[in-house]
Amino acid sequence: MLVFKCPYCGIEADETELNPGGEAHLKRFGPGSSDEELEGYLFNRENPKGVHFERWRHVYGCGKWFHAARCTATLEVFGTYSAQTFEPPKEIIDIIKAKRPGWKWRNLS
Amino acid sequence: MRSRMMGAGVYDHGYILGYERLNDHLAADEGPRHRLWRIRAKQIITATGSIERPVSFPNNDIPGVMLASAVRDYAVKFGVATGHKIAVYTNNDDAYRTAINLNEVGVEVPVIVDARVSGGGALAERAKALGIRVENGKAISKVFGKKRVEAIRICEHKDSGKGNEKIECDCIAMSGGWSPVVHLFSHCGGKLKWDEKLALFKPDSSAKPTSHDGLPFVTAVGSANGSLLMQEVLKDAREGCLSVIEAAGGKVKKKSFKVIEQEYENSLQAIWIAPHDADIKKRSKIWLDFQNDVKINDVELAAREGFESVEHAKRYTTLGMATDQGKLSNINGLAVLSSSLGKEIPKVGTTTFRPPYTPISLGSIGGSARDELFQPVRKTPMHDWHENNSAYMEPVGQWRRPFCYPQFGETYAKAVEREINQTRSSLGLLDASTLGKLLVTGPDAGKFLDMLYTNMMSTLKIGKCRYGLMCSENGFLIDDGVVARIDEQTWLCHTTTGGADSIHAHMEEWLQTEWWDWRVYVANVTEQYAQIGVVGPNARKLLEKIGGLDVSREALGFMEWKDGKLGKYDVRIFRISFSGELSYEIAVPAKQGMAFWDELIEAGKEFQVMPYGTEALHVMRAEKGFIMIGDETDGTVIPQDLNLNWAISKKKDDYLGKRAQERSFMVNQNRWKLVGLETLDGSVLPDGAYATADGVNPNGQKSTQGRVTSSYFSPTLKRGIAMGLVMNGPERDGEIIEFPKIDGTVIQAKITSPVFYDPDGEKQNV
Repeated sequence: MLVFKCPYCGIEADETELNPGGEAHLKRFGPGSSDEELEGYLFNRENPKGVHFERWRHVYGCGKWFHAARCTATLEVFGTYSAQTFEPPKEIIDIIKAKRPGWKWRNLS
Repeated sequence: MRSRMMGAGVYDHGYILGYERLNDHLAADEGPRHRLWRIRAKQIITATGSIERPVSFPNNDIPGVMLASAVRDYAVKFGVATGHKIAVYTNNDDAYRTAINLNEVGVEVPVIVDARVSGGGALAERAKALGIRVENGKAISKVFGKKRVEAIRICEHKDSGKGNEKIECDCIAMSGGWSPVVHLFSHCGGKLKWDEKLALFKPDSSAKPTSHDGLPFVTAVGSANGSLLMQEVLKDAREGCLSVIEAAGGKVKKKSFKVIEQEYENSLQAIWIAPHDADIKKRSKIWLDFQNDVKINDVELAAREGFESVEHAKRYTTLGMATDQGKLSNINGLAVLSSSLGKEIPKVGTTTFRPPYTPISLGSIGGSARDELFQPVRKTPMHDWHENNSAYMEPVGQWRRPFCYPQFGETYAKAVEREINQTRSSLGLLDASTLGKLLVTGPDAGKFLDMLYTNMMSTLKIGKCRYGLMCSENGFLIDDGVVARIDEQTWLCHTTTGGADSIHAHMEEWLQTEWWDWRVYVANVTEQYAQIGVVGPNARKLLEKIGGLDVSREALGFMEWKDGKLGKYDVRIFRISFSGELSYEIAVPAKQGMAFWDELIEAGKEFQVMPYGTEALHVMRAEKGFIMIGDETDGTVIPQDLNLNWAISKKKDDYLGKRAQERSFMVNQNRWKLVGLETLDGSVLPDGAYATADGVNPNGQKSTQGRVTSSYFSPTLKRGIAMGLVMNGPERDGEIIEFPKIDGTVIQAKITSPVFYDPDGEKQNV
């Protein structure tokens, strides 16, 4: 059972206090988008073996959504951060780069 | 320190389950038998020891063949001799301890059969000095006896089993070496390595399970870590524990310690099959898994049949699938498999170790979560009144709601009929408190609701109500309900009973993760109000009798709401109708709910007021063709399927689900759409029944063209009515389609409008 630190209330929350929300940093595609864009937004996920950015909600706690950077293979947690951002903050990226040399994701490396 | 406690499993991020057996060993039955401890540890030491392995020799399933350590424990710990003449069969020095112990307590040991040509070390010398016969480089080639051991025959180990010396004995103490208990180390990803010299899998200290910080958190020590000699066990335990203390942030004082004397032990020699060249007849009598009767030849067959992966071989033979889960003989089986495949043992690998280590009771897992403590029950302010007035309650999520109120020994169906007839002809009361109530407020609340609902909510005038639909981003209906505009910045959104929490969460998700700069606040006020539906032609008369707020047609029109006083109660009255009758839904603060309900019942006596339950609610809404989320919708239905295009704004650029509803299969003309269904014989269609069509589908099943989504007996129309989704339904008005029943008969039904009762809405609009 995983533990994440909720960046809002500061609590080390057990997985049972949280609801998973799937992949983070998706871009919404609404009216005017192509079928491919909509498909990507609704259905296609990166599902990596390794570093993954994901959404969690501290549902049995403060109720806030937050993001976590986690390794799906080892379950190592690189950090948690606010959900109100378009990409992972620099300090999280720095931690990942130090721990996973050569790591690349979208336009970050 | 807790005794009688087992580490059942090690999980992610240092989570351990401890299974404590509290009073299984006591005669008195007081308190809980078992307790489950949920532990979160920074560092875990597993000092779980090792388990002795059987030797694979012919007829090793005859009662009296035992592990040498078990024979020794019986003798030393309990004073029990497991036989009068106990032969010892071993490939390592430890079994000599058993022989020596037995000799010391006066049990005869006729022979020690040692597979090693070089024999044992210091212990062997002691055994010989005690006068015990020792045979080196030998094997047991046969066991005599049926229900118990009577004698053995021994032969050269490097042989096929010829040899004819027969030795009488009534018990065999065997030792095939030791397997470290690596389960807790392996549960969470710890890797094992093969120790060729000791012939065992042991924890790989460079590949321990890792925790949230990427660092190791489980350390095996002692014989669980593959150290079999006492001297090594102590050294390894000391080093392991010191490293764990440091890893957990503790300080370690380096003190010297004394190394104990260890008498010389000769190394073990792996014997996976004995005698070495046993023929097929003998191999078919050599058991590996004693519980599941898996023999050497079974594993060899698995390899020949192509079940080469250890996981496949396990499932093909059931090796290791008994209650011991392979703890005794999995390694023996693996060795046979690897030799059949001509591979090395580490290349074949082990099966996966999964928690729990041994079974734990379901009671310890479930704990107190049973009966009334299984789940909290949510009660409306009028809950006790319902229970005291013969209500038959049904669970609706965590709520309990009256299904109906049977009286005078009548059936539920008759009660529902009576409630409907009385409501339609005079006056009914409904406890609607469970309805979800979400207050949405803020400068951007209108913009927000325009995105959430398919309708335009920002233009709703203060004092008005509007029926709204909510869809997921995938386009499918997820909820519906009446929205009331409270003030310039505030809307009150009614959701379905089951949707209150999920729609609240849905709103929070969009506000927190997508439109976090929008100034909107959502509060779930469901339980703050008692809500009562006052329904029927005499509804207005009842409210006027109580007095207060003007509820006339002119002052409070259909789809309007008002705050004020009714009698001494603080009310918010919504003039909305889910039954088709003149209807007021009245919210009062929760603490006033019971008194207000009592007053309505008392004042309503002159109109023969009748409380009605959820079933009457369902039938009346179906008579009016109103949809119900979860009946007419099932996660694959879009508003357009339900002819609800009028509730989808054409003026909005965007709302959740709009883009998805433009996809080709969503705008396909052949979608199944909502219709009413009238059975020709007046009977009630089975709920969920399918309408068949000509031809068959690719699976050879009869083609279908629709299904029943709601079906009831209508007391108002005195026959069965139903709603359903039918291909091109609304264009096929009057057509007759067929619904086969499970009993083989067929019901014919005519496609109609889903509005069976008062199609022009004259009754609700008076």
